[in-house]
Amino acid sequence: MSVRSTLPQASVVGESPHPSPPPQAGEGNQAGIIDADLTGRRSRAARRRLITIYGLRLLFTVVWIGSWELSTRLNWVDPFFVGMPSGVVQRLWTWITEGTALGPLWLQAAVTMEEAVIGFIIGSLLGVFFGILLGRIELLAQTLSPFIKAANAIPRVVLGSLFAIMFGLSLWGKAATAVVLVFFVVFFNAFQGVREVDRNLIANARILGADNRRLTTEIIIPSALSWILASLHISFGLAIVGAVVGELFGATAGLGELIYSAGHTFDVNGVFAGMFLLAVLALIAEGFISALENRLIKWRPNRVSGEIPI
Amino acid sequence: MASPAIELHGVTKRFATPKGGVYTALRDLTLEVAPGEFCAVVGPTGCGKSTTLALISGLELASNGEVRVEGRPVKGIPEGVGYVFQNDAVFPWKSVLENVAAGPRYHGAPGRDARDRAREWITRVGLAGFEDRFPYQLSGGMRKRVGLAQSLINGPRILLMDEPFSALDVQTRSLMENELLSLWASTSASVVFVTHDLEEAIALADRVVVITAGPGTVKGTYEVDLPRPRNVAEIRFQPRFTQIYEAIWSQLRDEVLVSYERQKHAAAG
Repeated sequence: MSVRSTLPQASVVGESPHPSPPPQAGEGNQAGIIDADLTGRRSRAARRRLITIYGLRLLFTVVWIGSWELSTRLNWVDPFFVGMPSGVVQRLWTWITEGTALGPLWLQAAVTMEEAVIGFIIGSLLGVFFGILLGRIELLAQTLSPFIKAANAIPRVVLGSLFAIMFGLSLWGKAATAVVLVFFVVFFNAFQGVREVDRNLIANARILGADNRRLTTEIIIPSALSWILASLHISFGLAIVGAVVGELFGATAGLGELIYSAGHTFDVNGVFAGMFLLAVLALIAEGFISALENRLIKWRPNRVSGEIPI
Repeated sequence: MASPAIELHGVTKRFATPKGGVYTALRDLTLEVAPGEFCAVVGPTGCGKSTTLALISGLELASNGEVRVEGRPVKGIPEGVGYVFQNDAVFPWKSVLENVAAGPRYHGAPGRDARDRAREWITRVGLAGFEDRFPYQLSGGMRKRVGLAQSLINGPRILLMDEPFSALDVQTRSLMENELLSLWASTSASVVFVTHDLEEAIALADRVVVITAGPGTVKGTYEVDLPRPRNVAEIRFQPRFTQIYEAIWSQLRDEVLVSYERQKHAAAG
């Protein structure tokens, strides 16, 4: 997986955007009526577009699920290997009503989320800390650079087996796997964010009398925040990967474990049902991260909307 | 006579270029600015005008020669220096109030004090009512006012301005120039105002220094004996203004041509 792929759309922020001035920055009064009319038309157009998008999404889902269901029902492909949507729904329903082989369904979700969230938080904090540290101290960055590149190049999920030995069946083994995956993404973004800070802003702050500490807390960190927050979107997905892979190396509960046990019993529908649940959890987490982003970066002209731009 | 506020003696500044060469921005530049004087520095593009300011502010150190501010050699950023940047340098994540209050807070003023003083300055630059806006919600001229208030609130004895109004439209520009003059009149700061616009330089300054095409050095110095207070928009019509303009332009023109030829060659090569 590529770790440097999170160039935030916010990278333009550093170079002081020149957005069109807001309405109050000088517009004639007589233009008010036309403006209101225009705004109305524009918002109606935007709503139509939104409806179209949702419609197309629905259509996509129907075609996708429908063709899957149809092709398995007509035995064009063997449902034993690819499962079938109705079977997945059925499996989900049994899990919800009767519980899973490992216990109640909510418990499995809670276990995996706990592992992922703990790993995500620890990994992000470490990533931000070391990213800023190395971004600020050139000598340290140059010294450690080959080690970091090497560590980034190896497939770190294999560390999961090591953590399983260290932490046994406890949640820490899974959280630790999530930590190593999250850390590097956040680290590289924080590091790059610090490097990309507008030199003008640093010069201005220094002239205004900021010492090194102020420079870091008031200029560098807020400036790097766009990058860091952008990396959090990707890294929560990685935290879930870490938790699930961690469960592979030994667990008694969790969605990952649920998926493996379904796989071991050739229950393809169970595998898909587990994947579906993971996706739902990831989307919910994504929503929280977007909300956090909007809260922390209210100074940016184009706020991150709930929609995921691809 | 009082000792100069700013002295540059035989200053040379070289930069390493990315290709491993050496680029000389300034060569043997000597310049003095008296306390309370408004000194404009003009020259063609790329003559090291901005470098001059960077040296005075301590953001860069001279390769050779001596830079002194208020008699003390510049080794870091000297006390009492303000800097208004060419590009926006207001902090985009701070509100107008927090932007202007930054200086006093960095100098250890308690938050409430700093904000009170900031409100005062925001009013003085005509932005009352915009305290809670973020920079992206302001027009270019308004952001410039924030930048001006941000530097002036620290009460600088030396104010360095790097083509501060070059990005503004003509009307906003002469408005801001007039405001700068009236704000400056209420202080006793020495100003070094870098610009490529000779009209602006004459309209604002007590003295205009012409820098040669890079590597920059002083080509000539001209007193501007136009009476104050001045109205920047109207002073251009005075015969004396035209005389001074012609005298300086005859010097500046050659440098502009040299610089233009070089750019043409650089573009062709």
